[in-house]
This record gives sequence, structure tokens and C-alpha cells, in this order.
Amino acid sequence: MTQLAAPVVDTHCPYCALQCGMRLTGAQVEPREFPTNRGGLCQKGWTSGSLLTNPARLTSPLVRVNGELRPVSWELTLDYVAGRLAGLRAEHGPDSVAVFGGGGLTNEKSYLLGKFARVALGTSQIDYNGRFCMSSAAAAGMRAFGLDRGMPFPVEDLRKADAVLLVGANPAETMPPFMQHLTSTGLIVVDPRRTPTAEQATLHLKPRPGTDLALALGILHAVVADGHLRHDYIAERTTGFDAAWRIAAAWWPERVERVTGVAASDQRRAAALLAKARKAYILTARGTEQHARGTDMVGAWINLALALGLPGTPGSGYGCLTGQGNGQGGREHGQKADQLPGYRKIDDPAAREHVAGVWGVPPESLPGPGRSAYELLDALGNETGPRALLVFGSNMVVSAPSAGSVVDRLSSLDILVVADFVLSETASMADVVLPVTQWAEESGTMTNLEGRVLLRGKAIDAPDGVRSDLEVLHGLATRLGQPAERFPTDAETVFEELRRASAGGAADYSGVTYDRLRDGEALHWPVPSVDHPGTPRMFLDRFAHPDGRARFAAVDHTGPAEPADAEYPLLATTGRVLQHYQSGAQTRLVPELLDAVPEVFVEIHPDTADRAGLAEGAIARVVSRRGSTLARVRRVASMRTDTVFLPFHFAGEQRANLLTNPALDPTSRMPEFKVCAVRIEEA
Amino acid sequence: MSELASESSAQGAGARGHRTSEVAPRNARHVVVVGYGMAGSRLAEEIRRRDRAGERVSVTVIGEEPHAAYNRVLLSSVVAGTMTAESTRLHDEDWAQAHGIDLRLGVSVTAIDREARTVALSDGGELSYDALVLATGSRAWVPPTEGLRTDSGALAAGVATFRDLADCAAILDKARPGAPVAVLGGGLLGLEAARGLAGRGSLVTVVHPAGHIMERQLDPAAGAVLAKALAAHGIEFRVGRLAARYMPGDGLKLDDGSHVPADLVVVSAGVRAETTLAASIGLTVEQGIVIDDALRTNDPRIHAIGDCAQHPGTVSGLVQPAWEQAEVLADLLTGENPSSRYRGTPVVTRLKARDVDLAALGEVHTEVDSPDAEVLCLHDPARGRYAKLVLREDRVTGAIVIGAPDAAATITQLYDAKSPAPTDRLALLLGRALPSVGAVASSPADLPASAVVCRCNTVTKGQLVKAWRAGAVEVADLAKATRATTGCGGCGDAVRGIADWLARA
Repeated sequence: MTQLAAPVVDTHCPYCALQCGMRLTGAQVEPREFPTNRGGLCQKGWTSGSLLTNPARLTSPLVRVNGELRPVSWELTLDYVAGRLAGLRAEHGPDSVAVFGGGGLTNEKSYLLGKFARVALGTSQIDYNGRFCMSSAAAAGMRAFGLDRGMPFPVEDLRKADAVLLVGANPAETMPPFMQHLTSTGLIVVDPRRTPTAEQATLHLKPRPGTDLALALGILHAVVADGHLRHDYIAERTTGFDAAWRIAAAWWPERVERVTGVAASDQRRAAALLAKARKAYILTARGTEQHARGTDMVGAWINLALALGLPGTPGSGYGCLTGQGNGQGGREHGQKADQLPGYRKIDDPAAREHVAGVWGVPPESLPGPGRSAYELLDALGNETGPRALLVFGSNMVVSAPSAGSVVDRLSSLDILVVADFVLSETASMADVVLPVTQWAEESGTMTNLEGRVLLRGKAIDAPDGVRSDLEVLHGLATRLGQPAERFPTDAETVFEELRRASAGGAADYSGVTYDRLRDGEALHWPVPSVDHPGTPRMFLDRFAHPDGRARFAAVDHTGPAEPADAEYPLLATTGRVLQHYQSGAQTRLVPELLDAVPEVFVEIHPDTADRAGLAEGAIARVVSRRGSTLARVRRVASMRTDTVFLPFHFAGEQRANLLTNPALDPTSRMPEFKVCAVRIEEA
Repeated sequence: MSELASESSAQGAGARGHRTSEVAPRNARHVVVVGYGMAGSRLAEEIRRRDRAGERVSVTVIGEEPHAAYNRVLLSSVVAGTMTAESTRLHDEDWAQAHGIDLRLGVSVTAIDREARTVALSDGGELSYDALVLATGSRAWVPPTEGLRTDSGALAAGVATFRDLADCAAILDKARPGAPVAVLGGGLLGLEAARGLAGRGSLVTVVHPAGHIMERQLDPAAGAVLAKALAAHGIEFRVGRLAARYMPGDGLKLDDGSHVPADLVVVSAGVRAETTLAASIGLTVEQGIVIDDALRTNDPRIHAIGDCAQHPGTVSGLVQPAWEQAEVLADLLTGENPSSRYRGTPVVTRLKARDVDLAALGEVHTEVDSPDAEVLCLHDPARGRYAKLVLREDRVTGAIVIGAPDAAATITQLYDAKSPAPTDRLALLLGRALPSVGAVASSPADLPASAVVCRCNTVTKGQLVKAWRAGAVEVADLAKATRATTGCGGCGDAVRGIADWLARA
């Protein structure tokens, strides 16, 4: 019997924002040449096909009956959910229903989810897990440049740089093929840990967790004191240097050394490496962004970039390394509490009028800004908070800070509905689970870390019983009384509407079409018309503020929200391992990845471990004011003696986020994932 | 009674002074800060950080110099020519206005009436206060060497102290590349000035009366290593010698009869706390104005902070204590934290001199044979390195580190946090963890089979060997069989090395 050969489809990896090019033959993955990955794939990418055939795949809606999740038909399930939502809305108002999205959702899903919340539910209560990811960098970029696009230049430009400063980034594990672009001989890595990325650095600066801002001020001070300041650039292209300098002037490198532990001479060396490079970049990532002062921390690194004249200069620049697959597009099209499609502000009357026009609803019917992610989760089931939550593409039981209290909040809901393709920890708590398609089973666009829009076409058929998120939204919206055509189920149709909704906005996709993407055009937004070639490099002539200038931020160091003390004498920081992605809901199902890293561990300096009586391989209890985590001890001589590290990909008692501090950044509302006070003891 | 008093004084300040701000409500307490240097300016900032709108405290700051406060720590950078005078300013022109501070520049205090709680100013004005803060700083001490001063008491031609921006201007005016300069005093500031001037091309000689330079912060061996390191930058030293006479246009004659040529003499022989005003009103003054943990003088309405103050827990002349004192005093004056107290500042001395790295802290004169402390010492004068570590009960209590900047950073953090020192004392002393045995394999043969060669795809040496034996002898074949090299590509050489090693074996 002859079988038809499986179709061969060029697509992109389902995981991180590098969106490596890959070729799918059935469920078989192979890397292919693409500028971001140059033919490379990490172990996550290589094994991603196994999720398409994974036995843990959900293929029927599940509804909790007598405490147990049981299969129920789609029609009954959607009727039930829509009925409950309508009832809550009638009784308690539209804000009693909340929506939580994700940075892995395609642009089409992000867009339609935002529209569904604002139009079908009429709720202001929508936010997404990108708040835990990119929000500080986005806020700081917005403040400095008037616009936020993670990397306002193509990834390949990095290869020509003489110096690159990576702050709180560990791409050797989080996006390994990216390392091919870090060929600069002047690689400087700022990280409290000696990560695989730091091992490749010319200069590794190891600040005490939570002191990055002081370090940025010290390096800026060294730039000025050692005569490296780009006076012409500052005069022509920026404002606010004097106020920023008044603060940095008080942070001479020796003073910074005492706060950060980074040698003054190393701060000066970093300044000199960057200043003497003909082409240089500063890149930030979660390590410096996930703080209760994350926006200011990023602002301090941008100040340094501006002092050196990097942003908007060909061959140089500042960028942030977006994490989630569609972390960039996901923050542009309306699943953020304060935004409408096209990266528009929801409280801007002109933006409301434009988007309402595209949606065919009166502008005044659109709700205003809602709660940010952690505030939303923290309000669930409270007197004034939402009573129902719909979750798409997020697993907050593992990924939210102070995860123990988030579980309490989720438990107090009237109804929790989770759309996912596996039974994540959050889905397993739900009252209703909706099985949805995954990456290769559907079409949609993603916007990668350099602002390039990519088409991920459908490669294989989904199993029976599975529907796409777009179909779910359509099914619910029509049951809530919306006209069918307002919630299309075809991705390209949704994208056509997104193009119109984003037209004229900061993130203008109106010139992007599926046909242009199918033809392989490299389209970096903004693309304001179909004959526009896209914008690979931004800010070359002017920044996006009305005066065309970039703004220095007057930011000062204040230290972590929860410093170490006698009771909790160590600082915990969290991060990632190569083999797992985010909450691990997907990667923990891939045997090859789970075999490599099967459980949570805590990295700890041997001296610190000895004092706690912890041998290599022992189980330690790591305790913070919010909870405790059980983790296997890894004694690592390169750790700071005052710091421990845990990856956050694991579930149950292994959740690193049981420890983390939900202190929020005043601007971005980013929680302080990257530093909290802990003690460590034998379990 | 006290409530009435404070009310009337606040009104008094408002009525008599030129108010830059109208925000202070009638019941705000009036704080007068004498001195707009690093301590006084910081105190005003810290008060406004706690009382943004001036609801609790109205503040008047009196500055003798006619310009905005500046950062004295950066003066050595100005002398070195890497920073302009402008960039040392602590505040913009509109700082006082923007923060609701009544700032009087170019004015000095002529008298204080403790009974009436008033301050008389050189411009004829008078201020009432609820609390008075003396932040008058210190002044350079000029040794009584013949010829340094003229008969009128002014500094002689070609002599400059090194204390403020005007001094910097005077120094830079006279210091020319190739011209001889003498620095009187081999303490921290003198050496920073010497390094800065040497960097500009001056021919610098440091004259120092003690047996070795920085004798307060360094033991003799460290002093010698530091002098040698500085000598490499062209600085000459005459230690154990006093200047006997200064001859303008010629230079210094020393007490041994020798001669040091100098077009310019920079006097950096120490400072004295500025206590004239405090002494004149009967406050207790020793080395400085004596204060307690609440920064109070013996008059509880009068506080003192910074260089003019004497607290048992710290030494003066450094900015860190002054800033910490300003924070505590702001807590107290605004009522933000009435239990706030200043307990002293552990001092870490850092020399800010290009290409010379020095840190000294805690007990530095304890010797290696001390019976009751653990003392380690590395003495490497040929390479300009010296590292001494004093530990008690596993904690760092003192250190001198020259030429090992990493060690200085780590040791300082341990000292500040009072945390136990690492068991590997040698690594701590040298500043870099020594590589653990077997961490770096010199040949593929030495690698254990379980060693991960390709991190991106978790491929071990064992898997590569197995694939090679199964026929994948080229790197491309190994990549196909194991996925090694297909991530970031960084392990390409290692995989090639293993293939070559297997081919040879």
C-alpha cells in the first residue's frame, strides 16, 4: 500500500522570539536557513515536532463535573460557558469577566482576543503574560524613543559590531542560535551568574542581584570621567542629559563597586570597550527588566547607550531581546490592559475612534484601561474583582509571581476557562478546558524579536476534536449575541482586519499582506502601505517623540524591594535552562528534554551550601516570605556566595515562583521576579 | 509652648526671607542648614524626598560660595583633566525653586543666638529656626612651613590648596606639561592630585613627612608597593621628609637640606573641621563638633553632619558618612522615622587614580604573626601587587588590596555585609576563583564520556563516540547523527577535535 508523502512546509519554531526557520515534513523537524538562526536549532526546536503527536494532547472539551474534568461536546461546552459569562455580566456588570492572554499567541489571536474582550464581553479586564516579560523594556523604550520595537534593527547587524553589552540576557540557553550573531570580540555580559553566555564574554560583570541600575550609573560615570561622552550626538539628538548626569555624577565607580560588587576597574573597562568600538550595541533582557524598578533599570542602560551615541546610528544601537515567540506582536494588537491595535493607547480618543470604526461599534462603547496582569490575578474573586477568567496561551499557576497566592485567587473564581492544547497546571485547575490547535496545525503571523512579521502557515491537520482559538472566540462571541462576521475564523481574514485597525498606529501593519509574506519579503514594521518596503532600521533620522529627540531618563538606584536580612540572608534569582520553555507546560512533555533536565535545582556556592549542610544532589528547601520550594542542590563555585538561582519551569512544590516577590514597577507593572530574599535549609 | 514657638518662627522665616516657594504651610517646622556642600545639599534633597511638598519642613540653605553645590569627590578628575568643573555640579540652577528650598548663595552666617533661635547673616538678614544644622565642612590645613604664606596670611604665589573648585582652577592655571610640581602630603587626596597632574605631563614630586605614604590606611610594605606603582607613572617620592622652606619661583627646601624644584606647590597636608561658628556659641568641639547618634550637638536644637562633625563611629573627610548622616537626619527632622539613628560608617578607602587600584578597609596594621587574628598576606612588589586580609571569627575585619581589583570588590562586599569569608582564602585574596581540578580538559581523551560537548542539543562526548564508531566520521555526519554543532555552532572545534582524536586512536 502506497502512502502519500507528507507535505514539506517551511515554517518557524513554536517557542522563542528568535523564531528560527525550520522545515516540517509531517511532524519531522529540520532546521533551515533563516537570518535569525542561520540554519541552527536548539534542542527545543529539534524536538518540537514531538508535541504534535504527544499522547498528552487534549482532544475534547473538558468540564468539571462533581470535581472531575469530564469530556463534553463542543456545543454543550460553549453554550455552558457563554451562558455563565452572560449571567455574570447581567448580574455583576461587564468587568466581572476577565481575559488573560499570552505572548505566544499569533498576531491574529492577540488581536481577536482584545476585540472579543472589548466588544463581545465589554470588559476592561484583559491583560496578558507579556506583562511579566517585555513590559519594562517596552515602557522604557517608549519613554526614551517615543516608540518600542524590541530590536529596532535586524539581528544580523550585530555580527558587524566591535562591542556588544548584554545585560541580564542568557541567549546561549534561551535562544542558542542567536549566539552566532555575537561574534564581536568585545562581548560584555552583565549577569550575577556565570551563565553559558557569560562564559563566552570578554568581560563578565557580576553584580549583586537588584543592583543593575547602580552598575549602569557607574559605567555612565566612567564614560563621562574618562572622556568618552559623545557631545555632538547628545546636543543634536537628545534631551535631558544634564538631569541624568547629576544623578550619575554621584555614582563614581568606586561607590558603585561597594553597592554592586563589580570592580571599579571593570566598570571603566566596559566603558572603554563600548566607547572605543566603531560599532556597538547594548541589549537588555529579563535579568535587568524583571524588577520593581525595571523601567528605570532599562532606562539607565538606554542612558548609557545615548551617552555613547548608539541609538539611531547605523551599525549601532540599543535593543531588548524579546522572549516569547510573539512577545513583540503580542504587545501591539490589543491584549494589553491599556492598549488598542497598532500599539495605540486605549485612553486616546483618536485611537478609540479609529479602532471602533474598524470594529463597527460606537467609540464610547469601548471600555477604558483595565488592571495589569498581576493586579488582575490578585483581584480575581475579590469583592470588586472579576468572577470569571478566560485564559488563552498562559500558565500563570507556574509563571506568575507569588504563585501560591495566585492559585488561591484562581480557586475563588466562579468559573475558570482555559484554552490550551495540553493540560497545563492552570488548565488542570479549570472548570472548563477548551482543546485548541497548536502552531503547525493553524496559520497565523508572528512578529519576531527584530520586529519582522513572519507567516507560520498550516503544515498538518489538527486531531479530531480540536478547534482553533479563533474558532473558540467565534463560538463564544456569537453565543453572546455578536454578528458572526465580526469574529472571523480564518486567520488571513482576521489579519486583513488587523491591517486596517493598525493603520496609522505606531505598529502599522497595513502594508503587510499574506501574499507578501508568502513571497518571502522581509517586512519589519512599520509598513504603512503595500508598496512600502518595511523599516528594518528605525530612528536613523529622528526618534518618535514629537521633537524627534531621544530622552535621557533621570533615574537613580534604590535597590531591591526586598533586601536580604538576618531572617532571609540570601538573594534568590530565577531564570531559564536551555531545555525548557517558560512554564514548561510544553517542554516537560518532551521526553528528550525532560530527561536532560527533569526537575528544579538550586545553584548555590559551595561555602553557602556547606553552612546550610547541603551536599551536592541533596534536596534543599528554599524559603521566602511568600512560600517555599523544594529543589535539588547544585553546588556551583562560580556563584556569588550571597545568591542562589532557580529555574522557574517546574510545577507543584518545584515552582520557583512560589518564592518570588509581586512588588510591581510603578510604570510597567512588572513584578520583581529577579530578586527576593530567601533562606535555604535541609528539606 | 513649643508649638507656639515653631509657629511664630515659620512665620518669621516667611516674612523675613525671600521665599522661593510658597508651598510651606504655616505649621511647617523651619530647618536652617548652614553650608551648601556635599552634606548640606544632600540633607536638603533627603528632606524633600520625604516631604515633597514641604508640608512638614520648610528649608533654608545658606551657602558661602556663590555657585551651586558641586561634587568634591570629582575634583581629582578635574585636576586630571578628564572632567570639567561644570560636570561636577550637584544641582541645576533651578533646583532650589523646583524643590521649594530657600537657597541663599554668597552669604555666610555671622552669629547664632541659641536662646532666641536666630541666625544672623552677612547680608544683614536674620532667620529664625526650629532646628539648625551645621554642615560647614572642613578647610585645608597649611603647615607652618616658611614661605607658604605671605605676611598677610594669604597663600604665596605658586602655592595652592586642593579643596574646592577655585583651588582646581588655580592648580590648572599653573600646572603645565613638563613643569615641576611638588605635592605636600602623600595622603589619599595628595596622591590623587599627584596622579592627575602626572597624567597631564607635570613632573610631580610628593613630599611626605611620615615613613610611608597613606600611613593611616596602609602598612609600610603596602605603602612601598603603592609608591612603586605610582613611580611607574612618573611620580617621585620624598618620604620621611618635611618641607623646611618654600621659595617662590624655585621650589621647596626639605629638612635634610635637599631641594625639590617646583613651579607649583599643591598643599594636601590634611584638613581641619570648620568649627569656628560652633565653638563661638559654646557647642562642644573636639576634633570636630561632637554629635550623638541622632546627629545632635549638646544643644538638641542644633545638629551637625559631614566633615565638621565628630561621631565616634566614623572618620571625617569622606562623603559616604556625610550622606548616611543626611539620610538619618532627614528621617528625624521630617518625623518620617523618629527612631532612625546613625551608628557610624565602616570606611573603605579607595584611591581614585588612573591605572592604580587600591582599597583599604578596617584594621590594616595587624601583622601576619598576630596571635588573635587570621592574617594572610601576598607581597609582590615586582608586579605592583599587595594583598593583605585580616579575619576574625571567619569575618573580614581588615584588608589592603593593591593591584587586584577583583579581590577588592569581593572583600569589600564581605566586609560590608559582615558575611563569612569563603573557605578558599587564597582565591579571595587573589580575586579570581582558581579553576577547579579537571575543569579544563586539555585533550578530548581527558573528557569523561558524560561531558556535554554540544550544549544546545545536550550531546555528550559518549554519544559522539558512539556515532563515530557507527560510521559518522566527518563533522557533518556527526551533526546529522547527534545534532551536535546544529545550535549556535560554538562546539564545532570541539566536535572536530573529537573526530580527529578518534581517527588517530
